Amino acid sequence: MIDKKHIGYEFLPVTIPVEEGRLKFLAKTLGETGDIYTNPDAAIAAGLPGLLAPPTFAFMLEIDALDLVAFMSLLGESLEKLLHGEENFKYFAPIYSGDKITVCKKITDIIDKKEGALQFVISENTFTNQAGEIVAETRTNYVFNHK
Amino acid sequence: MKIPSFDSLKVGEEIPALITPPVTRHTLALYCGASGDHNPIHVDIDFAKSSGLDDVIAHGMLSTGYLARMITNWVPQSALRSWKNRFTAMTHIGDIVTCTGKITEKFEEGGEKLVRLELQTNTAQAQTIIAEAVVALE
Repeated sequence: MIDKKHIGYEFLPVTIPVEEGRLKFLAKTLGETGDIYTNPDAAIAAGLPGLLAPPTFAFMLEIDALDLVAFMSLLGESLEKLLHGEENFKYFAPIYSGDKITVCKKITDIIDKKEGALQFVISENTFTNQAGEIVAETRTNYVFNHK
Repeated sequence: MKIPSFDSLKVGEEIPALITPPVTRHTLALYCGASGDHNPIHVDIDFAKSSGLDDVIAHGMLSTGYLARMITNWVPQSALRSWKNRFTAMTHIGDIVTCTGKITEKFEEGGEKLVRLELQTNTAQAQTIIAEAVVALE
């Protein structure tokens, strides 16, 4: 069982550069062929500062910022039991290649279901760019299956 | 891209669907690298078996990425205000992911004209994501 004392735990902020190559690779993986996601020259010609990061990219920054092994160790859990339950996004401004995004992550709730057979660990994440502007927020539900 | 106008849209209307090729191990290996989600349950069959599964499973966020493509094929990404995804079943090797969405509400808030969408991904076996998105249109 995950101890509820972890509610309120804040991870150290992590700043991540958004690399052009990463966004191209991601677009290829998702089958995205739009110019502003794949071609830096076309993105600049369209008036953007760089390639546009797709809507799910904030989650990837969240992953980059999180040491999954250390997270499991903090919770006293193992990776074999982890499932992704929910991922919710709020968008305030775009993310582009060349940005430096700071990720702040906090555990905001731990919920027992089915007498603890399932536990949900809820985290809220804030993404701030190099200009100090909040570009996105996410809410992640990590599910631990103890069955 | 011809951007749909707020007034032209009707509650109940479907947006253009997106259907993917079958998910392969190669897809999952690429997504593991590109997304940074290195959880071995998606690429290492031995680990998947130790978790009680018969085989690796796709990243839930891979299907979310396909849903995002459906949205941004329909409206510019800058229109997307919020988006909630709940993962309801696993996606397996060989599954074709069908992304669909329909308009459930039109409303105004904070000086913006907004459209609420109910989105889903389905495989042949199950609904794998139920989602809700809000987009701003003129």
